[in-house]
Amino acid sequence: MDVITANILTIIAFTPAAGAVLILFFNRAHVRSIRSFAFIITLLTFVFSLHLVTYFDSSVAEFQFAVNVPWIPSLGVNYELGVDGISLYLVLLATVLTPLAMLASWSIASRAKEYFIFMLLLETGMIGVFVSLDLFLFYVFWEVMLVPMYFLIGVWGGERRIYAAMKFVLYTMIGSVLMLVAIIALYFLHGSATGTFTFSYPQIMAALASNSLVIAPGMERALFLAFFLAFAIKVPLFPFHTWLPDAHVEAPTAGSVLLAGVLLKMGTYGLVRFSLPLFPHQSQLFAPMISFLAVAGIIYGALVAMVQPDLKKLVAYSSVSHLGFIVLGIFSFTTQGMEGAIYQMLSHGVSTGALFLLVGMIYERRHTRLIDDFGGLAHKMPVYAAFFLIVTLSSIGLPGLNGFVGEFLILLGTFGVSRSFAVFAALGVILSAVYMLWMYQRTFWGEVTHEPNQTLRDMNRREYAMLVPLLALIVWMGMYSNHFLRPMDASVAKLINQVQSRDVQVADQNSR
Amino acid sequence: MNIPVVNLGAILPAIMLSLFGIAIMVAEPFVSDAKKSWLGWLAIAGTIAAMLALAPMSRQAGQWYTNLWIVDSYSIFFHFLFILIAAITILTSMNFLQREGIHHTEYYALLLFATVGMMMMAGSNELIMVFLGLEILSIATYVLAGFRRTDLKSNESAMKYFLLGSFSSAFFLYGVALIFGATGSTNLIVIADSLRSGDPQTSLVSLAAALMLIGLCFKVAVAPFHVWAPDVYEGAPTPVTGFMSVGPKAAGFAVLLRIFMTAFPTLEDRWTSVFWIVAALTMLIGNVIALVQPNIKRMLAYSSIAHAGYIAVAVAAGSEHGVSAVLFYTLAYSVTNLGAFAVVTMLSRSEDKLVNLNDYAGLASKRPGLAAVLSLFMLSLAGVPGTAGFAGKFFIFKAAVQSGLIWLAVIGVITTVVSFYYYLYVIVQMYMRDPNEEFADVRTTGPLKLALAITIAGTLYLGILPTRFLDWTVSAAVNALR
Repeated sequence: MDVITANILTIIAFTPAAGAVLILFFNRAHVRSIRSFAFIITLLTFVFSLHLVTYFDSSVAEFQFAVNVPWIPSLGVNYELGVDGISLYLVLLATVLTPLAMLASWSIASRAKEYFIFMLLLETGMIGVFVSLDLFLFYVFWEVMLVPMYFLIGVWGGERRIYAAMKFVLYTMIGSVLMLVAIIALYFLHGSATGTFTFSYPQIMAALASNSLVIAPGMERALFLAFFLAFAIKVPLFPFHTWLPDAHVEAPTAGSVLLAGVLLKMGTYGLVRFSLPLFPHQSQLFAPMISFLAVAGIIYGALVAMVQPDLKKLVAYSSVSHLGFIVLGIFSFTTQGMEGAIYQMLSHGVSTGALFLLVGMIYERRHTRLIDDFGGLAHKMPVYAAFFLIVTLSSIGLPGLNGFVGEFLILLGTFGVSRSFAVFAALGVILSAVYMLWMYQRTFWGEVTHEPNQTLRDMNRREYAMLVPLLALIVWMGMYSNHFLRPMDASVAKLINQVQSRDVQVADQNSR
Repeated sequence: MNIPVVNLGAILPAIMLSLFGIAIMVAEPFVSDAKKSWLGWLAIAGTIAAMLALAPMSRQAGQWYTNLWIVDSYSIFFHFLFILIAAITILTSMNFLQREGIHHTEYYALLLFATVGMMMMAGSNELIMVFLGLEILSIATYVLAGFRRTDLKSNESAMKYFLLGSFSSAFFLYGVALIFGATGSTNLIVIADSLRSGDPQTSLVSLAAALMLIGLCFKVAVAPFHVWAPDVYEGAPTPVTGFMSVGPKAAGFAVLLRIFMTAFPTLEDRWTSVFWIVAALTMLIGNVIALVQPNIKRMLAYSSIAHAGYIAVAVAAGSEHGVSAVLFYTLAYSVTNLGAFAVVTMLSRSEDKLVNLNDYAGLASKRPGLAAVLSLFMLSLAGVPGTAGFAGKFFIFKAAVQSGLIWLAVIGVITTVVSFYYYLYVIVQMYMRDPNEEFADVRTTGPLKLALAITIAGTLYLGILPTRFLDWTVSAAVNALR
């Protein structure tokens, strides 16, 4: 294997951080060169990440492009990276959305230097979370990423930004510190059972699979709940969602895009990657309860979204609803449900990212996001209206666009397990059509009722550059879903197999 | 008559600091006020000489001077830490003294003597020696706390520190007397042997241990013996506050572990359970009260109480992983906290103006570099990964889980979340509020820059590549427990 392929994950993860360090040396007055440089860095990261797709072997379920170097040897902490079918496209999601978010930051003028440094650090954090295979390393990325996001919301956010930023950090922290204790406990359980003290996820999985590590049910429940709380807050699963509307509404456009597009996926990714395989039996036991919360979130999010007067808040609550689908799919323990959930993670990132970009464009022009302040925009901004419509339809889940595939697979997977959950979740699909289309109608159709809207300009070239790639993805993912689903197959099959077979084993041991 | 061969190598660092301290005092009258800062550099030279003297000292492993003094990697580690603390404090003070118009350079001598006291505490194998070290440290620090002698708050601080300090010394001394009564010795190893073999009067020994514990708990300011700390920290000159929040604390823990690990291993169950309660209380009280402090010195005072609580978690965990976590944490915390105090010193004005959190509003737009540095220290104190603070906390919670203290670890991590609020609040002020203060005349002078460079490098190095120091602390812990 050549040098680049061997280190490609390190290169992808740390190119943005290196860029951030270089920006330190820029003169802060040269805003234009700083932001162009930051944009180029993110584009470069995207190009590197294409290397992953090119050389990824879809037939292999194991981790690929693996790196494993000791970091703190006396503790058994390794710098261990790798991607499989589950994380591959999530990395791509991060590398695709960040350059677009950079383009959405063109109007940032105050303290641009810090802003772009934080954006780049955020990208490193996001990619790091998706590629780390060492639990310690994972936790480091998971936490470090809070800092740039905290600054992005708190410094460049809206009116209640300080409140929102603080709430975001404290909520996330509460969950993740308990996960830290659970990680340490797992480390000692594995160490005392096998004699090797390590944070390496593949090694712990291997010990679990070979039964050399058996976790007592009470302990397993505590560990599962600690991990679950961290991920559930991040997702956010109803009723842990209250930080999300605040953070989304107050964050600057680029922050919202990355928050909804990528950060929320870290929660669902954590469930798939860690909660299920490490604690299969508890996952099964808690599945009905979690699925109930997911369905409650789907319906609650949709109902609350319906009555929002603010476009951004509406999109934020729609995220609560859509993320409920993802969790439902994960805890169906079926191949369709799981693939649907992963697909929905990508698709939600693309659609909601696009929605936040669109809302940001209109906000830049009018400095308001209230639906009542608009109306008849289709007359003045026909292209914008058309783009908005396509994204709206994708978010609703119109067949032929990306949203449909994920939701359909999730419902299919859930239906086989629990009809009632599937039926109620399907209700969420209908509700999403109601709130999205109603919002579209009030914003774009009818006559222009507000004088300032008469002079609105349509999209400019930079805005095309932001949206065209996302629209292309929306159509591509809707039409050729196999391009994205097939690389997942092997890894998802392995995951389902791990969960099912180990669950049976654990159940056997408990009954004996 | 035989003259015993005195091995100076084993106490060479302490000799170095003492000599330089005396030299500073002698030279003082002959140096004009304008050139007094040279004496600061002389003190720095003293710390460098002491640092270099660590090498000959480390070759003298063993017990010396009729078993009064012990040289092992545990005591070497603490010698290193104390010299580092002294050096950074001196660098931070040089500009401060000039600005405040304090031309009494006994200041540096006192700092060096205090450091010698701390070294004696960490290296002694003998309770009377511990007491001597404790008093050398304390008396020097009482004077330092009241160094701005025209300032009421500084006087209050010194007075309070003196009264409560002597009170706690008395507790400690009473404990020493009782243990001498019970075992007939003040040597730690002899005490341990007689407790193991003989027929000790258990109640007397427990009482003695409890009194010593109370005395030391006062010194390290853990709840419920922490009440003096905020007032004293607030009133003392800012660099001295920085010194007091890390130096005596580290020395207190060093001696506490040494006494209880060496002399009272037979009572381990009892004192670890006492420390369970002390740790939980301290973390809760320190962190919760820090939330509402408007003054950054007071906030950092309560935060230092909270950090003593985290260290107490590791003490409660006991055994070698607990001890090594204590060592690593004191190092990580000292570096970070001294850095934070260096920035606070730089920004404050005469008579403790501009030490309220509101005064920091908008610092980031006026002085982006300083704001970024202070943010780094705040994040490290809070324990964000990639910083020394996180590595330290991680080792402590790991030790706690390893010893089965899972609930204590849970209390610890949850109070950490509480602490995020007040540390991030400093960042809120600096980055997210509009400026109301001109920081134009804040001068970053050479010594301060050097202090910041050391602390920044330390914070990041310990956070990202902790291996080297971690291994050192582990071997020191193994050494101390042998």
